[in-house]
Amino acid sequence: MQPSEWDKQLSPVRDRLAGIECTRENRVFLPCEAEHVCEICRFLFEELRWRFVISTGIDAEDCFEVLHHFADDASGAIITVKAFIRDRQVPQIDSITPLIPAAEWIEREMHDLLGIRFRNHPNLQRLILADDWPEGVYPLRKEVQT
Amino acid sequence: MKEAARKSVLAVGPFHPLQEEMEFFQLTVDGEKVTDINARISYNHRGIEKLSEALQFDQVPYLVSRVCGICSASHPLAYVQAVEEIAGVQPPERALYVRTIINELERIHSHLLWVGLGGHFIGYDTVFMWAWKYREPVLDLLEEITGNRNNYGNVKVGGCREDIPDELIPKINLELDELEKKTEMLTKAVLDDPVLHVRLKGVGVLTKEDGIRYAVTGPTARGSGIAIDVRHDDPYAAYADLDWKVITQPEGDVFAKAVVRLLETLESIKIIRQALAKLPKGPVAVAVKEIPPGEGCGHAEAPRGETFHYVRSDGGNRPVRHKIRAPSYVNVPSFKASCIGADIADVTLTLAAVDPCYSCTERITVVDGRNALVHDYEELLRLSREKTARIRKDLGAPEMKLEGL
Amino acid sequence: MNNGSTINHQSSIVNRLRLWSLKKSIWVFHVNTGACNNCDIEIVNLLTPKFDVERFGIKLVGSPRHADALLVTGGGTRQAAIRLREVYRQTAKPCVVFCMGACACGMGIFEKGYHMAGPIDSIIREVDPHAIIAYVPGCPPKPQAMIMGVVKVLAALEPKESYATERVGQAVVAGAG
Repeated sequence: MQPSEWDKQLSPVRDRLAGIECTRENRVFLPCEAEHVCEICRFLFEELRWRFVISTGIDAEDCFEVLHHFADDASGAIITVKAFIRDRQVPQIDSITPLIPAAEWIEREMHDLLGIRFRNHPNLQRLILADDWPEGVYPLRKEVQT
Repeated sequence: MKEAARKSVLAVGPFHPLQEEMEFFQLTVDGEKVTDINARISYNHRGIEKLSEALQFDQVPYLVSRVCGICSASHPLAYVQAVEEIAGVQPPERALYVRTIINELERIHSHLLWVGLGGHFIGYDTVFMWAWKYREPVLDLLEEITGNRNNYGNVKVGGCREDIPDELIPKINLELDELEKKTEMLTKAVLDDPVLHVRLKGVGVLTKEDGIRYAVTGPTARGSGIAIDVRHDDPYAAYADLDWKVITQPEGDVFAKAVVRLLETLESIKIIRQALAKLPKGPVAVAVKEIPPGEGCGHAEAPRGETFHYVRSDGGNRPVRHKIRAPSYVNVPSFKASCIGADIADVTLTLAAVDPCYSCTERITVVDGRNALVHDYEELLRLSREKTARIRKDLGAPEMKLEGL
Repeated sequence: MNNGSTINHQSSIVNRLRLWSLKKSIWVFHVNTGACNNCDIEIVNLLTPKFDVERFGIKLVGSPRHADALLVTGGGTRQAAIRLREVYRQTAKPCVVFCMGACACGMGIFEKGYHMAGPIDSIIREVDPHAIIAYVPGCPPKPQAMIMGVVKVLAALEPKESYATERVGQAVVAGAG
């Protein structure tokens, strides 16, 4: 799809997005501030009926990023909402699990591995790290060496 | 009496049922019916995404091939596709065909594995032995082509590491002919068997709506009428050039998922035959010097569903971030929807129907906190098989006959 | 493979009987400590018609209490290590621990993973410094290699005897070591 077509399709949430970046015809990235993530995802999942694929948490230099990846199977496009969490000291963002049950595990995983708190998550318990893993150590953060 | 006190918690987990520990799956039961489920997946966590950041781009395929042994062709393929997106690299046509052939061979032996395990869980051990016997020629073929029965090490950024020698093609076709006959026979036997109809139909139903909420993929989705398949929706390798069908069934039960997998196996044989016939001449790789800064998303249709890899590069020679999502990660939680209201006797089968990694299904034990009853994996198997035996007796139906064992 | 010198050749009759019963048929319990499944699937392959290890008396059992040997796959994740130690404690002694595959033998490519606590021999030796441990490398080891590993252990347990068995239609004699 052309950039102008993406613009049209996303117009109801366009003002919440910081941009629409097409790296190629069917790969789109939608940067936004963390506070808008639920509205945008709700629109993509419930209105546009795009399939939730998975989320990626990233420890970027000056912020945390939470990427929610969606697939539009009709066109083969992958659309990634890229939410920036600016507060590195207390990183938190609204959970999309109440909207999309499929996100439950991955938000728990990002919480385990990056220490991001997902507000309103129904079950933010440890998922992937061992019972005796020390609290406060987030393996995917850059400060933790391999 | 309080609600909470009446419900029992069944811990469904590894090794020994009498351990007091967080189990793999924690089932809440009311009588013999499942009412809720919680999961811990720390046993298999090896920290692969972090390991990836310490490797160079061309070393990563060897690592991700081992995320899951039976999707060991799909993971590296999805990864290299993501990196090829960043680098703007298009592999040569012959490489796309070789990738297709290897991946479809994997699909065949993975689906046969599943059929065997499913048979094992319900007491059809003939089916188990039969299906696993007929996997072997496929594994042998893969060994001849790539050097290993599993963990093929066949893809790299820019193409394939090794070619399929033309001399091998007649042999592959012969094996496929044999396999097709056997799979058709098995499919017919399954579709015709009255005991299987009663045992598997209506069991472990995942509705289409729940399938969408849990974002399932692969046969788990297609068995619930959700017609998605990465090979069709966002074609990669050579799939757009070949003639094949996406297989779906609407019912959402274990029977539907079994049918989808059997018919897909036959479809895979069709795909490989075409790919071999149309295999273009030429090199199987292009040279790739460096990976510029950027982000790429690669996905492939593994036997279990969509395998998704996201890669971020900053222009160096290692990934800055590599996200790996195996299909089971979204399919297994759907167990919550398909297992609620199910009998304990159907638990192993319902979990098996989403086809998680084999080891996940092995790690099932059930501790009934209320009665101090202990159901270990052996016990759950027994309950499942007893149910099948009861059904067979009620129907007065004979054992399934399979030739060639 | 762990050489014969660390196997305890106690002269007591009870121990000789135990070792003898260990050799007659081996009941094995499979333990996955964080494996990718390839090794696990090849272990199950051992039961299927092409390899059919039941004719050698090798049987997969459902509880470590009944087992003569543990077939351990995976490099030992932190979470699985806790369980593995417990399983080893519960396994009837004497028993042999088979490290099946590259991960179990030495963690391999997962060595630097933050969640790894292996390799398997170090986890087992925390519980029993004199444990009998056999290594079957490969990624995954072919079923033939796994069978050979078991045969070599049987031979090593009684170093004065040789073990003859069938290897895909070909007679094989495994001597000690």
